Amino acid sequence: MTANVAASRLQDSGAYALELDSVARHFGALVALTGINMRIAAGERRAVLGSNGAGKTTLFNAITGDFLPTEGRIKFFGEDITDLPPHERIRRGLRRTYQISQLFGGLSVLDNIYLACRGVSRKRYSLVRPKPSDANRMQAESILHAVHLESVRDTPVSNLSHGQQRQLEIAMALGGAPRFILFDEPAAGLSPTERRDLIEILNALPAHIGYIIIEHDLDVALRVSEYVSMMHNGKLFKEGTPEEIENDPQVQEIYLGGGHG
Amino acid sequence: MNADVARDPATPARNLLARIGTGHFVLAALLLAYPLVSSDFFLTQIGGYSLIFGMLALSLSLLAGYGGMVSLAQISFAGVAGYTVAIFGENNSNILGFGWPWWLVMPLALFFAATSSALIGWVSVRTEGIYTIMITLAVATAAFYFVRQNYTLFNGFPGYTGLRAPIVFGVNFRDPVPFYYMCLVAATLSYAAVLYAARSTFGLTLQAIRDNPRRMRAIGFDVTAHKVVAWFYAGLIAGLAGVLLVWFNGRISPGTINVAAAINVLIIAVIGGLKHPIGPFIGALMVVLMQTFAIDIVGAERFNTLIGVFFLAIVFFSPDGILGLWGQLRQRLAQEDLRSRQ
Repeated sequence: MTANVAASRLQDSGAYALELDSVARHFGALVALTGINMRIAAGERRAVLGSNGAGKTTLFNAITGDFLPTEGRIKFFGEDITDLPPHERIRRGLRRTYQISQLFGGLSVLDNIYLACRGVSRKRYSLVRPKPSDANRMQAESILHAVHLESVRDTPVSNLSHGQQRQLEIAMALGGAPRFILFDEPAAGLSPTERRDLIEILNALPAHIGYIIIEHDLDVALRVSEYVSMMHNGKLFKEGTPEEIENDPQVQEIYLGGGHG
Repeated sequence: MNADVARDPATPARNLLARIGTGHFVLAALLLAYPLVSSDFFLTQIGGYSLIFGMLALSLSLLAGYGGMVSLAQISFAGVAGYTVAIFGENNSNILGFGWPWWLVMPLALFFAATSSALIGWVSVRTEGIYTIMITLAVATAAFYFVRQNYTLFNGFPGYTGLRAPIVFGVNFRDPVPFYYMCLVAATLSYAAVLYAARSTFGLTLQAIRDNPRRMRAIGFDVTAHKVVAWFYAGLIAGLAGVLLVWFNGRISPGTINVAAAINVLIIAVIGGLKHPIGPFIGALMVVLMQTFAIDIVGAERFNTLIGVFFLAIVFFSPDGILGLWGQLRQRLAQEDLRSRQ
């Protein structure tokens, strides 16, 4: 059963990475999220599916603090982070990517990744230029290789192709020592080859790093996740293994039938 | 480029030469030799004055070019430093004037300028774009009216007179040549600091915040704190310019920091270009030359029109200022070169 997957993981790690307790988010009269309860074990890889406007990205924004939830509590590895500003959550090991690339267009690819590494380390205010031997600089170089962007190392990010920007978007979440990553539609607009690369990158992540992935492409989503949560109209309405979700008639009606057309 | 230089196995001395660049050496030689060929008027009224206003515009350029925050209050922070010199040093106005030595007054003036800048920065970093401009314009206006109406601390309308540059080890910095070199050293330090720090970790964070503050938060940076620190540094440079400005004028009054002066700093920065720290100095030289000689060309009643037309032309033909014109020219030459080779 599905609960056993999470339960066995819990025994391994002894902690939940994320615990959401009746989280809600309203925008005026619009209810974007309501009554979200979620438990995600450390190292678990979960997909969140749902049609456009189901509240998936709002869920991410509530977890990272881009928007604070209107109600409910959020715990990250046992610590209540509901009232922490975004950068404090990131320093505790949470990371995210964005559906629409959010990059530093005026800086080089390497500098983008370097900052992603430096953000969670010391000397953020240093007035000294980073040396090539700097630990964060070296981590940035190795992430650069991992996401296959060596050829554009010193190119300003605004000159990159869409696919390269998406690769960099993922690289930005790998800096420092992430413990849990939220991937917001990482495959959007990628070519079939780039999708294969993406799946490879996700499957190559160290086992202790868990993630939630929002993905419209079921091929990608079901291949990189062990458990799936379905969202509809701001609520979680079904959870299960990829097989269970794929074969669920209700899911097929709402998501595959309606949202995918 | 920097990484290549760092990998280069050449000696450290050659390394340093390559990093500083030939252009900088030529410029330094010209500026150092300038007093040999220039009259006292050109040395202080054009040379010194341009360097001072270049520093003021540089402090704006640091915030606007690298941090994306356009401030109209840089002249006010220079004013904070200037009034500190008047109040804690010596003045002729028989008000306050504690007579502290310059080496005590100067750091104090820089400290007050930088902290007030950080404070205003802290208030205005919640805003963006046009609202930052409005808040800082309000600050500049309020500062002007406040010092004009307050007589106990700022001596109101007349302000302070008799503020003199110090005599250090027998060198009188009131004399044109020492004063020019003092301005040159201060301007070079500010310029080099900004140029170097632009590629430092803090410089990168500032440019990244300009490009995308949301992502900066999502990789662990406290965006507000970084912006406030940038305001602090900008205040240091504005404060240094402010001290030199009161020594240049020998006085400070509300007129030094009025709204026209505040806008002047913005015009200098835009005319020069915000993309490189040399821009503000080029802009300052152009504006100072025009303010000095436009009267001779078009008469006393029309000189502001000439400056206005020049400003319009620059903004119209090159949004990146004179630096941008240089960039366009270089690109065109490179294209011509390619064509001629085919």
